[in-house]
Amino acid sequence: MMKAGSNVSRARRRRKETLTGLLFVAPALVGFLVFYLLPTLRAIQISLTDWNLMRAPKFVGFANYTKLLGDENFWHSAWVTFAYVLYNIPIQTALGLLLAVLSDRLARAVSLRAVIIAPYLISNVVAALVWLMMLDPILGLVNGFLEIVGIGRQGFLASPDQAMVSVAAISTWRHTGLTALLFYAGLQAIPRHLYEAARLEGAGEWTMFHRITLPLLRPVLAFVLVTSLIGSFQVFDVIAVATAGGPSNSTRVILWYIYENAFKFNKMGYASAISVVLFVTLILVTLLQMRLLKADQSDLT
Amino acid sequence: MKTITPQAALGYLVLAVFVFLSLLPLWMALKIALTHPSDVYTSAASLTPETFTLGNFLRVMGLPSDIELTASRASPIDFMLALRNSVIYTALTVSGQIFFSALAAYAFARMSFPGRDLLFFAFLAATMIPSMVLFIPNFILVKQLGLLNTFTGLVAPTILMTPFAVFFLRQFFLSSPKELDEAARLEGASQFQIFWRIALPIQKGPIATLGILLAIQSWNEFFWPFLVGRDASVRVMAVALSDFMSQTGRGNPDWSGLMAAIVLSIIPVITLLVVFGRQIVESLQTSGMK
Repeated sequence: MMKAGSNVSRARRRRKETLTGLLFVAPALVGFLVFYLLPTLRAIQISLTDWNLMRAPKFVGFANYTKLLGDENFWHSAWVTFAYVLYNIPIQTALGLLLAVLSDRLARAVSLRAVIIAPYLISNVVAALVWLMMLDPILGLVNGFLEIVGIGRQGFLASPDQAMVSVAAISTWRHTGLTALLFYAGLQAIPRHLYEAARLEGAGEWTMFHRITLPLLRPVLAFVLVTSLIGSFQVFDVIAVATAGGPSNSTRVILWYIYENAFKFNKMGYASAISVVLFVTLILVTLLQMRLLKADQSDLT
Repeated sequence: MKTITPQAALGYLVLAVFVFLSLLPLWMALKIALTHPSDVYTSAASLTPETFTLGNFLRVMGLPSDIELTASRASPIDFMLALRNSVIYTALTVSGQIFFSALAAYAFARMSFPGRDLLFFAFLAATMIPSMVLFIPNFILVKQLGLLNTFTGLVAPTILMTPFAVFFLRQFFLSSPKELDEAARLEGASQFQIFWRIALPIQKGPIATLGILLAIQSWNEFFWPFLVGRDASVRVMAVALSDFMSQTGRGNPDWSGLMAAIVLSIIPVITLLVVFGRQIVESLQTSGMK
């Protein structure tokens, strides 16, 4: 039998818990509303205006979006970004996987993984500057080496043909360790007895990799591909420091194009429209990738 | 005894190459930093400095040094000021973000209130938004509030929360025992006292790990400080380094000075990696940064 008094006190306690809970969440909620939710909505709103921050914004409907469709520079930057992703992702993923499998088999000391992750823990800015030095035509070690072996000095970041590949190589240098680390964690979840059984049946390293490791690593692979792809589409820091979008706009990726429009030409509306298009594209790419890789299913059942 | 197969030998060789290539650029930065500016171009293909000097470190720290550069090549950047700014920016961001995110994470994990799950889902969904979408409106907001080139403007978007920090901490609060909370509540402790005296100290380990990750991330942050903190009085190290490069010209930059500044700027991160290598590696393995 329930007494009326305990009902009242329970309701009071619940009300108190609600109030305390909201108080606890309040500062983070303010941060979320002011710096995440509101700006997302505002970005969409600004994208429908013509606004240089000097005068009041003028509503122009979807004009920025229709302009975008015919903007050669936009399509060029989309293409450049796509090329960057193509250079960066497959090599970085393959190298990361190789590194993870090797350290899982041969060297499981945490110190090795700490060394491998070092390039990721220094900033993009430092990575870009150090590689500017490494790839410099005169004092760079890479060109010094290429000259000794008889290939000859290359322009790298200063060459319109090689700049984007060079930026991708810098990103690969910085991120391969992290990719390897995530794969390494995934490998730890694969039961060892599967390998022992396969070995008893005479399977070689390649067969085991192909038949056991790769299928069971698929959820991790999906996670790594989704996150690194999203990151790649937003490459900015290295470009800002190493090439500033050049030479001859050969590294003017989407984010650099947005940055130029917003902060150099003060076209806030147009820049916001591009950023909204990028946002929608990223969501679509993510959904597509999850679907293709069946990210939510594991073969380990 | 284990014999090393040719396959394994090849594997070790590949690992060695990975380690070598991971560290080579950093080694070369140190080499150039230890080279006299006038010798930088003469020993490009060498892995060790031909002349050895600490002068570059001294001069970027603003100390007397035997290296004199002509005015056109001398650094226009005050690196000690930038270092101080990076320390302030990092300390504010990390302490604020952890405290407020922990409060929210604790509430999400331990209390029930209407809208809790919806709110948490919204926080999670926010991780999907590209930073550029947020940066334009956030820049405009900070500008309109007159907070450009202030530490307030610099830390505003990250001091109250990031979705990652809330998510990270909530997992730990979910798994910690509830009995202590109950006991303290019976003794009349307030919810905040329970959080501050019991829940938070139990999670010392994860909080320290998060602190290390966030400190490295804040120390390296470039885009937002690049937009709102260009004035020397608040300019952080990452922005100062990039300005240094663009201001001394691409033709003949002060490479040895720049590399000395870079080496100084990564010492805190490398120190954290040496001391807390295991925590960093293990937390990145399970969560990934961001």
